[in-house]
Amino acid sequence: MPDLSSAQTKYLSRLKREKYFVNISRLVLFAGFLALWEVSARIGWIDSFIFSSPSAIGLNFLDMCRNQSLFTHIGITLTETLLSFFFVVILGIGTAVLLWMFPKLAKILEPYLVVLNSLPKSALAPLLIVWLGANVRTIIVAGMSVAIFGSVINLYTGFQDADPDKRKLIATLGGNKKDELTKIVLPSSVPLILSIMKVNIGLCLVGVIIGEFIGARQGLGYLIIYSSQTFKLTTVLMAILVLCIIAMGLYSILNLIEKRYTKQR
Amino acid sequence: MKPLLEVRDVSLSYHTPSGETAALSHISFDLMPGEFLAVVGPSGCGKSTLLNVICGLLAPEQGSVLMNGTSVSRGDPRMGYMLQKDHLLEWRTIYKNVLLGLEVRRELTPEKLSYIEKMLHTYGLDKFRSARPSQLSGGMRQRAALIRTLALKPELLLLDEPFSALDYQTRLNVSDDIGKILKKENKPAILVTHDISEAISMADRVIILTKRPASVAKIVSIHLDIENRTPLSSRNAPDFKSYFNLIWKELNQYA
Repeated sequence: MPDLSSAQTKYLSRLKREKYFVNISRLVLFAGFLALWEVSARIGWIDSFIFSSPSAIGLNFLDMCRNQSLFTHIGITLTETLLSFFFVVILGIGTAVLLWMFPKLAKILEPYLVVLNSLPKSALAPLLIVWLGANVRTIIVAGMSVAIFGSVINLYTGFQDADPDKRKLIATLGGNKKDELTKIVLPSSVPLILSIMKVNIGLCLVGVIIGEFIGARQGLGYLIIYSSQTFKLTTVLMAILVLCIIAMGLYSILNLIEKRYTKQR
Repeated sequence: MKPLLEVRDVSLSYHTPSGETAALSHISFDLMPGEFLAVVGPSGCGKSTLLNVICGLLAPEQGSVLMNGTSVSRGDPRMGYMLQKDHLLEWRTIYKNVLLGLEVRRELTPEKLSYIEKMLHTYGLDKFRSARPSQLSGGMRQRAALIRTLALKPELLLLDEPFSALDYQTRLNVSDDIGKILKKENKPAILVTHDISEAISMADRVIILTKRPASVAKIVSIHLDIENRTPLSSRNAPDFKSYFNLIWKELNQYA
């Protein structure tokens, strides 16, 4: 490494200090919040039956880990989320490709897609239960319903934005529309597909939880709704925390894939 | 001698809901085997539209384009087309970019592949074959784009302002480079440009178009009195300036 000027060294160390400060502040904020929560619950500022406390949540977590029931719930929710995500990816890209290949079809369907996309999908869940029954299939469909329409619209818009001159290049080389799709549109849309999927994994999780609220016997959504009805609010809070961690984990995995891809390019 | 390409009385309009815009009006000219034609005209006059008609991407509303006596089709294999930018695909290596045309035409035959090898070697792109386009200079990128076009062994090359995206110095060098390559491969070409000097330096004949709707104003034959003419050496020819003035005057009427 070349010798750095003193001004550059100063700048770098200031940058480092700033980063350090932000990280420490985050930790302090979190720890302070937990401490305040714990203390207020113990000395009776808040009703620990309703608001629980960090220690109770921790114990509850360990307890449910020990009898393995938590793992079952997590496993079910995770499987349902990944399955609905998988179907959203396949169906989303497939439909967007179809719309791109047949612009007239896209024109006809556009208003319907917009309406379906702006519909609050949680309103569909009770219907899905009645139509498809209270089973895993319904929950996967509920998960898909939240993400699918937005992905189709965004992917289709992205496909349309592919460089018209590059598409012309394929035409001048004697290619047809399928060549334009496979050689230009799809490869140039990979970053878009990755960023849409990053959002979708979270949306699928939301949809699956909505589904589990209404029609499940297992899963974190079921755990939340069942525990709240039996006033085990500690378990509700614990399940919500676990959900937060799952959501963060899934997002990070896709983020990592996206970063890998960009680096490779 | 029979012409290689015959453009006969071609007219075309663009249609939009707000109305009709005539782009080409009764354009006729021939291109002889081995000839280099340049097309100049005021900007927006329809030069690129003319190339699109010649290569069959647009069908004329009136008139016809014949190559060796038969009409051209969409994406006609007898023609190679170079666009304003090189449009090398960043997600492919240079080698894969050069193969694009053959892939699209499903002609990855051993014979065609060895032709590509030969050209990569001749034109100094051998060592860049696994490089990404962004790692190459503007000139090298144009060479790669040219090889991508030549790989299909077209009988006629259409050049749609292929140097306009380059800075001035690179542009002179690249046009010299491409001009020499085309001469070496003995390919006739039609170059569309708004740069009068470029047209004179490369072409055997210059077709001057009027403003929109474009029609042929004048066709100027270029005879430069120098040996081993190349695009760069042409610029030093004694008559270069008078050709420039002639075309400049003609074009200025339509500016």
